[in-house]
Parts: sequence; structure tokens; C-alpha cells
Amino acid sequence: MASPRIALERVRKAYGSYVALDDVSLDVRPGEFLTLLGPSGSGKTTLLMAIAGFVRPEAGAIRIGDVDITRLPVNKRNIGIVFQNYALFPHMSVLGNVEYPLLLRRRPRAEARERARAALARAQLAGYETRDIAALSGGQRQRVALARAVVFEPRVLLMDEPLSALDKNLREQMQFEIRKLQQELGITTIYVTHDQREALTMSDRIAVMNAGRIEQLDAPQPIYQRPTSRFVAEFMGESNIIPAALVEPFGSPPPFVGTLVIRAENLALEREAAGGDGVAINGRVAAHAFRGESWHLRLTVAGERDLLLSIPSGKSLDCTGIQAGQRVTAYAAARHIHRLDDGPQP
Amino acid sequence: MTATIATVNAAGLMRDAAKERRFFLSLALPSLVIVGIGAILPLFWILQQSLTTVRGDFSLVNYAALLTNGLTWRALLVTLELSGGTLLCCLLLGIPLAFLLASTSPKTASGLMVLVLLPLWTSILVRTYGWLVLLRRDGLINDILVGSGLVAEPVPMVYNFTGTLIGMVHYMLPIFVLPTYAAMRDIDVNVIRAAASMGAGLWHCFRTVILPLAFGGIVSSSVIVFVYTLGFFITPAILGGGRVNPIAIRIDRTLSTLQDWGGAAALGILLLVIVAVLGVMALGAARLVKSKQAAD
Repeated sequence: MASPRIALERVRKAYGSYVALDDVSLDVRPGEFLTLLGPSGSGKTTLLMAIAGFVRPEAGAIRIGDVDITRLPVNKRNIGIVFQNYALFPHMSVLGNVEYPLLLRRRPRAEARERARAALARAQLAGYETRDIAALSGGQRQRVALARAVVFEPRVLLMDEPLSALDKNLREQMQFEIRKLQQELGITTIYVTHDQREALTMSDRIAVMNAGRIEQLDAPQPIYQRPTSRFVAEFMGESNIIPAALVEPFGSPPPFVGTLVIRAENLALEREAAGGDGVAINGRVAAHAFRGESWHLRLTVAGERDLLLSIPSGKSLDCTGIQAGQRVTAYAAARHIHRLDDGPQP
Repeated sequence: MTATIATVNAAGLMRDAAKERRFFLSLALPSLVIVGIGAILPLFWILQQSLTTVRGDFSLVNYAALLTNGLTWRALLVTLELSGGTLLCCLLLGIPLAFLLASTSPKTASGLMVLVLLPLWTSILVRTYGWLVLLRRDGLINDILVGSGLVAEPVPMVYNFTGTLIGMVHYMLPIFVLPTYAAMRDIDVNVIRAAASMGAGLWHCFRTVILPLAFGGIVSSSVIVFVYTLGFFITPAILGGGRVNPIAIRIDRTLSTLQDWGGAAALGILLLVIVAVLGVMALGAARLVKSKQAAD
């Protein structure tokens, strides 16, 4: 059975005067891994909880496949959910947790046990069946939660920041494991995170959320390289947002007034390193820091504006000698300069 | 050299640690003294009284008289019936109430909590007489029942077992609800949500998740209610109307009408032993259930 699409149509939710979801519409394709990305308070978790059935929207429709589930109770929706803090049953064993949804569906005891064991084996937890939840590490709990969420073959899978409690290395490993499992099962998945790197790594598409609305919905690369709004540009990576006007001689009105985006890693201190012709910006080094994989520089341009540079540390030994107050020139290739469509159009 | 480095300040630090421990132990001293003088000493005095004849000789005659007296057994039975009945009513009324409190928003819960606690802040005497006004033959409830034609004769609701039970449940309910509510509130809401997402309805959620996780709290509430009510005196004295005579009332009668200090003391010791035995049994049962849960 193929996993169905999830369609949201003008879903609205407000808490008093605070609008958590501002007429959100979204179409998640069958089998797709879609990430809701945004800062806290952007509405991403509220949206996920509305699909799960824990938040009752004021208006709008939520469909799974062709079925309108907006008013269906949580326990009738047949959705697998992985919660931020795993939400495992502390009074049951590992196997008991994974069997739970199967026994609820009145599967025979032997079959439930068999399927739960298989799910645990797939999650690399064979041999842990009789363990207490308290005796598991964070990563193991995460795997149990994932096994439990998919063992009953739910129609779709929802995940609410499932990796936020793990340390960095384990998190990166789990990102690939979750993605692999999701692709094997071919299950339509909505994933919530505030970690842009996680979103870029895992997703088919990313919906960047802000103030209860979806700012931009696209595949990871376009989201990163061609943000359509100032918010997305600022949220994804380190960007320089520069108001600009194209000036023509003889005082004719400028053909372009607007905003340019240059990513910190696309700026270089040598013209060749920038990778082509473009702009040169003079500035003074205000601060600099070594970050391992890169050097981080903050320049003061024209005495007021900050310009952020991220320079790969392997290629630029010269950064070691850099001094605060030093005059430098930053270069960016034309193809790395992205124009936002928010300025007044001529 | 290294040995000296490793032990730098060791003796002094150890002395500091011991000093700190002594200080914290000394904080418990005043209450230890009060409990010692106010509770433990009298207990020994009662024990001694129960083992002495009127002439002051050591004897088990008080216990022999007690255990061969039918009134003692009757009182014991009534005590257990009252405590068991109160506990049952508290379980039936208190668990849903605690569940409601735990599942509403914190703001609503604190409002409802005041209502739950209100009777606890009222004197037991006032509350008991309050029930008398409501429950007696020409009381408010019977007036309504007879006036509305629902019943022809006033229903006997007071000066009997029922009336006593109502008064005791009313007194114990908040005491039951508080720890039960605390245990339920401590359950992670996402755990309940997880159960619901996997298909569990409200009743199933309650039975497979909330009840097992709140079990510890419910057991402690139950032990408190049961043990507390074993020694109840005022409520049966007023609402029982002389017809409901648990052990506490027998003790009072033995003292006030028979002036039998030895017999009263023996009754007191009997009650204490029952409480101790039940307490140990409850603890054992709780431990058993817990280990069985872990094995499942």
C-alpha cells in the first residue's frame, strides 16, 4: 500500500490574539520527506500537532489521501508519531513498547511479538527486547520510538524534533538512518526541526516557516541558494543582506532598487578565490575568529555596515596573520550574488 | 613526594565533611526530641498499662478480656468496613477527579484545586454537623426528596453506617486526591499523546498508561486514607448516632464509662498492630506489583 499524500488547505489556529497558523496550505507528495523548518514560535510544531490531531484548528481542512481528517479523533487517524523526548512508556519493556500499537489493533500475541521483534531488529536493537526503557541510551530510545511509530504500518509519519536531545555525532548518524528507513518504507513523512543543516541533509523539500506562515517551499538547494525572502536568506546559513541600487549615468532613474544577498562563504579575500568577476567591497576587519573548518571575519564597510565572511581554513593560511582594524577587500562572483524580489520594482 | 601531594588537605576536608553532616543531623534534633517525648514515650506507657492489672501486676488479662469480648470483634469489623468503604469511595470518586485536574490547563486546575482543598481548611466538627443538617430526617435532602414526591418517607441517611461513611469520604477525599493528582500530573503528556496516536482511546489510554504510571501515587493515597480512617472518632461519634461503633469509639467508651485504663490501652495497642500489619502488607503488595510490571 503506497503512502498517501497529505494536503492542508487554509489551516488556521490562533491563541487569543496570537496567530499560530495563518491560513497555511501545503501539499505533501506521496512518499515525500518534507521538513517544516523555522525558529521557535514560527508555528511548525503547531502545524505538526494539528495534523496529528492534538491541536484543533479553527478553520481549514487536513486531508490524508482523499480523506478529510480535520475532525477525526487522534486515535482514529492512523498516524505514526515520533516525539521530541521519545515519549516511550517507562512502565513497559522495549518489546512492550513496540508491541503496544499492535496489541491495540487486536493482533494475535504471537504475530505482534514477531512483528515487534522484526521492527527492533531493523532498528539494530535485536537483543534489547527485555530491557527497561530507563536502561537505554538516548540514541537507543530514539530507535525504539522510531520502531514503535512505524511498526503498525501507519499511513504517514510525523516527527517532532526527534534528534534535538542527542549529541552532534549521533544526531548526524541518526539523520541518515531515519532518512534510509523512510525511503525503504516509502512513507510520507513530515519532519519538524529548527536545525537548517538537518533539514538540508534529510529532506526532499523544505517548508521554511515564519510567524505562522510558510515563507518558502522548495527543495534544499534552491532554498539555500535562491531564498525568496529576507527571512529565509537570514535564517539559512550566514548571509549578507545588502540594500542596493543600480546606478546609471546622467541621472536617469535607477532600473533596479532592492536587496542583494551574498552568503558569507561566497566572499573571499582574493579575486581568484571568489571564482569569477563580480563585486569588490572595501572594509576594515572588525572581528575575526577561527572555527576549525573555516575562518570567520566580520568587516565594517563604509563605516557602518557589517559584512560577514566565512573562509575555508585549508585554503587561506593568510588569515592567521589577520589583524583587527586591517584594511581588506572582499570579492564575490556575480553568480553568487542573489537578488531578492522585495524591493520596489521599476 | 607524590604521596604528600595526593593527601594535601585530605584530613582537613574530611573533618569539614563530618562537621557538615553533624550540622545537618542537628537540624533534625528538635523534632526528634518532640516525637520522642510526645509520641514514643506515651506509647511505651500505654503498652505498659495494657500489660498491667488494676493492682499493678504484670498480666495478659486485658488482652484475654479484649479478645473474648464480642464487642471488640464487632468494633474491629465496623472499623474495617468503614475504612474499606471510605477507601473504595475515594478510589471511585477521587481517581476520575484527579484525572480531570491533571488534564485541564494549569489555570483551571488551580481553581478547581481550591474547591478540592476548601473542606480541608474547615474544622471537621463544623463539617460533620453540616452533614447532620443536610442528611437528618427533616434535613435539606430529605425535604427535597419528600417534597418532590420522589419518596414517601424520609430516607434514613444519618445516625447509621451510610451517614458515617458519607462524612468520612467527604473528609478523606481531598487527602486522597492530592497525591493522586500529583502522580498523574507528573506523567509526560507526550506519553499519553503517543498512546493516543497509536490508536488508544481514552479508556484504553487510562488503563494501559495513566493508571500504571500513577499507580505509586494511588497506592500511597490509599494507604493514607485507610490508615487514617482506622482511628476515626468524631465522624462516627456524631453521624453514627451510637449505632456505628468502630475501635476509636470503643476505646472512648472503655475509658469514659468503664474507667478501664488497661482495657483501653490494650485496644489502642491492637489498633496499632493492625495498622502496622496492614502497612507492611500494602508496601509488600506495591513492591510485588512493581516487580511484576517490570517483568512484563
